[in-house]
This record gives sequence, structure tokens and C-alpha cells, in this order.
Amino acid sequence: MRKELTCKLLVVGGGPGGYVAAIKAGQLGLDTILVEADRLGGTCLIRGCIPSKAIIHAAGTYDEIKAHEGHGKFGISLKDRPKLDFSKTVKWKDSIVDRLSGGIDGLLKKAKVRSVAGWARFRDAKTCDVETKDGIVSITAEHVILANGSHATELPFLPFGGDVISSTEALTLKEVPKEMVVVGAGYIGLELGIAYAKLGAKVTFIEALDQILPLYDKELVQPVLKSLKKHNITVHLNAKAKSFEKNKLSFEDDQGKIQSLKADKLLVTVGRKANLEGWGLDNMAVDMDGPFIKVDNQCRTAMKNVWAIGDLVGEPMLAHKASAQGEMVAEIIAGHRRIFDPVAIAAVCFTDPEIVGVGLSPNEAKAQGIDVKTGKFPLMANGRALTMDAGEGGGFVRITARSDNHLVLGIHAVGPHVSELSGEFAHALEMGARLEDISGTIHVHPTMTESLGEAALAALGLPIHI
Amino acid sequence: MGEYHFKLPDLGEGIVEAEIAALHAKVGDKVKEDQPIIDMMTDKATVELPSPVDGTILSIAGNAGDQVAVGSVLVVFAVEGQGNSDTVSVPEPVEAEKAAPVEEKKPVEKTAEKTAELTLPKKKVSTPQSLKVTSGSKAIASPAVRRKALDENINLDLVPGSGPAGRISHEDLEAFIACGGRIATQTKQKKTAIEEIPVIGIRRKIAERMQLSKRSIPHYSYVEEVDVSELENLRLHMNENRVEDQPKLSILPFIMMATAKAMAKFPQCNAHFDEENSLIHQYSAIHLGIAAQTANGLMVPVVSHAEVRDVWDMAAEMIRVSDAARRGKAKREELSGSTVTITSLGKIGGIVTTPVINYPEVAIIGVNKIVERPMVIKGAVQIRQMMNLSSSFDHRIVDGYNAAEMIQYMKGLLEHPATLFMGE
Repeated sequence: MRKELTCKLLVVGGGPGGYVAAIKAGQLGLDTILVEADRLGGTCLIRGCIPSKAIIHAAGTYDEIKAHEGHGKFGISLKDRPKLDFSKTVKWKDSIVDRLSGGIDGLLKKAKVRSVAGWARFRDAKTCDVETKDGIVSITAEHVILANGSHATELPFLPFGGDVISSTEALTLKEVPKEMVVVGAGYIGLELGIAYAKLGAKVTFIEALDQILPLYDKELVQPVLKSLKKHNITVHLNAKAKSFEKNKLSFEDDQGKIQSLKADKLLVTVGRKANLEGWGLDNMAVDMDGPFIKVDNQCRTAMKNVWAIGDLVGEPMLAHKASAQGEMVAEIIAGHRRIFDPVAIAAVCFTDPEIVGVGLSPNEAKAQGIDVKTGKFPLMANGRALTMDAGEGGGFVRITARSDNHLVLGIHAVGPHVSELSGEFAHALEMGARLEDISGTIHVHPTMTESLGEAALAALGLPIHI
Repeated sequence: MGEYHFKLPDLGEGIVEAEIAALHAKVGDKVKEDQPIIDMMTDKATVELPSPVDGTILSIAGNAGDQVAVGSVLVVFAVEGQGNSDTVSVPEPVEAEKAAPVEEKKPVEKTAEKTAELTLPKKKVSTPQSLKVTSGSKAIASPAVRRKALDENINLDLVPGSGPAGRISHEDLEAFIACGGRIATQTKQKKTAIEEIPVIGIRRKIAERMQLSKRSIPHYSYVEEVDVSELENLRLHMNENRVEDQPKLSILPFIMMATAKAMAKFPQCNAHFDEENSLIHQYSAIHLGIAAQTANGLMVPVVSHAEVRDVWDMAAEMIRVSDAARRGKAKREELSGSTVTITSLGKIGGIVTTPVINYPEVAIIGVNKIVERPMVIKGAVQIRQMMNLSSSFDHRIVDGYNAAEMIQYMKGLLEHPATLFMGE
């Protein structure tokens, strides 16, 4: 039995791009249907941001408590090593995911968005068939937002399956592996690798390039390298993974020598690819931009009234970018004039320590021919950081501004807890702040945000506390 | 190293001060002897002052638009050797004091430029937009401002930002909308910039003179039409038959001839009124001021002793002094001393004008355009070349009756051109 539905707006994909677009559209009075095959929340909520942060937090807590064993850090001592029941950790993580996913369902209902659970396959640009548990549902829409997301990139010589896992499986392990090898030292691999190291795994990284976190400059990466050492994590740079057999990874090291490493789990984190297959993209008549769907600054595809957002349309593959695009497209369909023109999109690595970056680094600005002033403030000189045991490890806040008018071009930080500073960083750039605006904002004492004010003063010449 | 104090030289009889019209060099500049450094303007003439020495400029006594007394130190140079500062008793602090108020007088500029030295005044006040241009990136505005701009269909690149680094505030955007910014993305845009032009130099002189004239002289104007058909025939004939070194004649030399004759007959119109001493200086010589438009504004070069000139001579001299005035090369005596003035806008002369008397003269003859008009002559309509004379008089000195008589006399001369060339 075939059911036919029509609507003003069809959103395909219930991740942070799609569900936000659908809620916004519903709020704006558009008759909207959201199709999602899995649970609501997408990669971010089900297989990415949220579960990984839960695991990272649990791992961090476990690691901290271990530090109190015996010698009594801060005067707090434990007789025995804390016990880890990882299955309970996973359960706790799942409870957070469940709560948030259920929350999205509630929000969609509140916005009067109809949800259809099933896999959508497009017959043409405006019509799709959804395989639901109750049979095929055909949906015809005036507008379509494609928010199909992305998946972990597979290496042909290390296909996923068994003990070769992607980040998705890494978040649903039953137990902490004894030995874990991570291929790819980008932010996803490092976040998970460090977490499992803290949970007790012996972790080794295989990275093909000469640097971990290649998107960040050396200065920012330095504290992470220190932390890797502290957690006994080995990193093989300029190394090429070859094959994985009988829980042994063979790889070519930087000298060209073949080595082998034992691994209970081999985590492959070498990037993500847009989901372009299995849903009828060929029938949509949209243009491509390399491995992504081509869109303009309003997320319009080449096909009239077909829109694409999030990971489908390219880097940065970040949930908050997808949400912002989804919100914008819903508003455009509702008749508003909108364009996607952020000054910058902040990105955070939840490594140990965390890295946050918004806008241009000094090198990127120089490459554009801009004359810049930079200011750096070490967390070691920040009172609050010291009281949270976050002052060591070489963390800092760095600000980059134009020399001529002091317009802030970029803000970067590395250190524990710096992810929570990202909001002020992004806000400063969006508001068109100058160094004087930041140094002229009274930052609360004692907080780590003071470091930003000090970095601005440093760029202007004279910080107070160094 | 010594200092050379360059005093403002005497620029002409009776001149006690002059205005700095333009600076061609600034403090800190190295200049060569005879290199033009400053233009000084007196009543009517602008004089280019060359540097008297090789040296570096240490100070200048003012900025464009400032008055400097004759004999006071205008420029101080650092020079090789002794200099001449020993011979001049102008202590340094005086220089500094002089320079300070000059700074305050500078036209308001919002540029980031804050050079301490005296610099040439900017021609226009820079708008914050210019700062935006230097930033070399897209408009700086908060997300809310950007969203509002989109809603209102406004290209933010066109909105002048008043904030630091050219940031566009809600107020900037609202002001832009209020003055019609909605159409900013179309080809025709309402413009909001105000150019501030300091009234200096010749423009200031013109303003002063016009104000003086209109304030102190009770003007009245008298308009009469003149049939110049005969005169035009004569003029064409003369032009066709002129010899090589004779200038081509416009109508103006004939009007100058008529004016010269009229002034001889009505000398009360050829006078200066000395209000302070309650005296009328009635001149026997007739020096004709010829109002001329120059790039810098209105100037009045003078054809002196019109009473002795014939029409060719009148034309040649008029062309010579007008050219000199236009090129800024007129001598001071060629720009002063007129006893009566003629003003003509030629082909754009209109029907009627109300000329402003060239103070302290008492009469000005305005020439309007020649047009063909149907005129009734002896009961029949004929097409005639008609021209109006619009003239103003100082009613304190010239009674209306006399003025009318004088213009009627000119009309008679011009309508019967042979009489222009006859003695009384």
C-alpha cells in the first residue's frame, strides 16, 4: 500500500542541519516533513559530537581521579586505583544521547513538523519514496532541503569491519581495548585516541603527514604533543598504514621500514565524505563541486527549489555550520532575504588540551597580504586557569588583528576548557571588534576569559599580567 | 647649520598683509633656491614666492587661508652656514605660538592622519568610507545589522560606517535608509556625502567684496532693450575686412566704446564713492573693469584709459588682460583701479541680470544676449537683432533719471553705430 503525502518543504536528514531547518520552517508556518532513517540527531548527536564528548569527559574524569591515587593531589588522596566499568560509562553516554534525541522529536512536534521514519530515495528532484515500516510513503514537495550528512572515509586496504572501526564504532565499544592503533591524527582520531588512552588503552597513532592536526599551526599543536607524551601515546609521523591482519597492523615508518603493531582495535579516522549514494542523487539534476553538492551563498543547488546544507556542501563539516545553513534556508523559503555570510565559523578540537580557532591565523593573514599584529597570553599567567590546574601544559590565547585599523581577524587558543571561550571569540569577529573593543571589555575575574582581554592588550603592546 | 628667516616681502603699494593661497612645500621638506614654495594672495593678485635659499623648512607661519603681515617671518629654513637669523629678532617661541592657532583653524578632518606638521588642507573631508576602502575587506557590521541590510535590500558596501575601522552601526544603517538607501542597490543613488570646502583665496575675496558691495550700496537696476541690427552688420563687415594683426571683434568692444563715451558725458557714473570721507572721486580717465570668469572664480581685469582707445585697441587690450587674469598671470595693476565695470555672460547672457556694483564704483553695465525678435517699426513687423542692457547704480550717488539718461544715450550710440566713432 502506497501512501502519498505533499508538503511545502521536505527536509531529508535529521541531523543538526536538517532538524534545525525543519524546526525553523515549522516555526515560520511552512508545511514541513522531515525524513530520517535512523534516530533523530544525525552524526552529531548519535555518532559524533555528543557521544564523543561524553566519553571524553568520562575518560578525563577517570584520568583525574587516578592522579589522586597514593600521593594525594590537592591533598585529596585515594588508597586504591579507581575502578572503571566501561559498560556503565557507555550506558551513561547513551542516556544523554537518548535524552537529546527525544528532545528533538518534541521540538519538531511543537513546531508542527511531520516526521517520517525511513530511507528516502528521490524519483525526481521534488518527489521521493520513503521505505517506512508501514510501507512506501511517497512525498512530493515544493521545496527540498538535502541534509544527508557524511560518513567516515574508508581506506580501501583497511576496510571497516571486525576490529577495523570508524569513529562510529569507537563510540559504542563494549570495553576499553588494551591496544589501540589510530590511523589518522586529525581531530577526530586524536579526541578518541586520547580518551581511550586515559581510559587505559595503549594508543599509537599512524599519521601520513609530518604533523598532527595539520589544519592548525605548530604553536597551537605543541601543547597537544606534550600531552600525548604525558599519556604515553606514540605518534608515527610520515608513516603509511599498509594492512591489518590477525590484529596486527603493518605500516611503513618515516624511514621506509615496514613495522608491525599489535592492535585489539584499529581506529581509522582519515576524514569524512559527503553521503552521495543510495538516495537518488542522480535523479536530482544538481551540479557537483568535486566531492560535494554545489551551492551558492544561499545554499541553492542548480535545481530550482532544491537546497543543500551541511556536510553535503563541503568544509567545514561542522554541526553548527549545518544548523546555521538550515535555519537560513528555512527563512529564505519563508520569504525572507538571507545569505550565508559569517565572518568566521569557530572550530574546536576536544583534544587534551582543547584547541579553539576562529578566523585567520597570523600565517593565513600574512598569506593574504595583510599586515598583522598578534598578541599572546599564556594561561600560566591566568589566575583562574591555575586554580583549575589548567595553567600548565603551555596553553595560551592568541589574537590576530590588522595592523592598520586593529580589526580582529582571528582568535585561537589552546588549553584545558578553552572550548567554552569560543563563543566570545566568534562574537568578537562577527561584531567587527577591534583590539580596543576586546581590551575595553571588562572580563570577569577570575575567569579564563581574562586571557582574551590580555591577549588584546599584548597585541596593542602592553599586557598587564606578563 | 644656521637658520634663515624669510620675511613676507612687500607685495605692492598699500598692502599690509596677504593671505596664504597655497603651500607647495611643507615643514620638513628640503627645497632648492628659486623653487616655488608658497602662493601669497593680495587684494586681487596671487604671487608665487620662490624659496630664497637652499635648505630645509623648519616652520611656516600659517596654513592656506591664513593672513600673514608683510615683514613678518613667513618661513624659517635650516641652511648650511650662518643663515640670517642673527639679523632678525624673532624668537622661536613666537613661531610656536603662531603655529598653534593655525592648527585649530584647519578644516575639520576625520582622517586617521595626524601628522603634527602643518600640511596642506585636504580638499574634502574624508568620509569613513575611505577608511573602509583601506581595510580592503567587506563591510564591517554586526550580524543584526547585516540581516537588517538584507531585509532592506541594501548593499552594506555602500553604507558609510561611523564606527572605528569603518564599522557600520544600526544608526548608520538607519540614517542610510532614512535618506533613501532603499534604492542604493539601483543604479541611481541618493548621495549623502557633504564636501566641506574652506572659503579661502579668491573665493573668500569674492565673498568679501560682494558682501561689502551689497551691504553698503543701495542698488537699483535699469533694463533697456537695444536694437543692435545695424551694429551687428557693422561688426560682421569689420571682421570680414580686418587685417591680420587685428583681433576678431565681439560685441563687447563696441559696448566698451559706448560706455567710454557715456562716461565722458555722464561723469557722475564714472566715480568712486569714498564713504568715510563723504567724497565722490569723479575720474576723468575711464578705466573699464571687465568681469571675467576664471577657473578660480570671478575676476575683474581692467582696460585702462578707454577714453584714448579705438575699437581694435579696446578689443586687443581686453583680450590681453582677460587672458592674463584667466591664467593667473595678471599684474596687480591690471586687476585694480577700474572706474566703471562691464559684465557680460556672452551667449548665456539671458534676458535680464541684476549686476552687483564693483565697490567702490557707482555703476555697472550688464550686457544680455542678442536675440532675433519681431519688432514693430513704422507699423510693420520686422525681425531685428535685439539686446538688453541690465545695469545697476549706486542710488546714493546716481539718480534714476540720470542713469536712465545715460543708458538711453548708450542705446542711441549702439543703435546708430556711426556715432560711436564721432566726436561730440
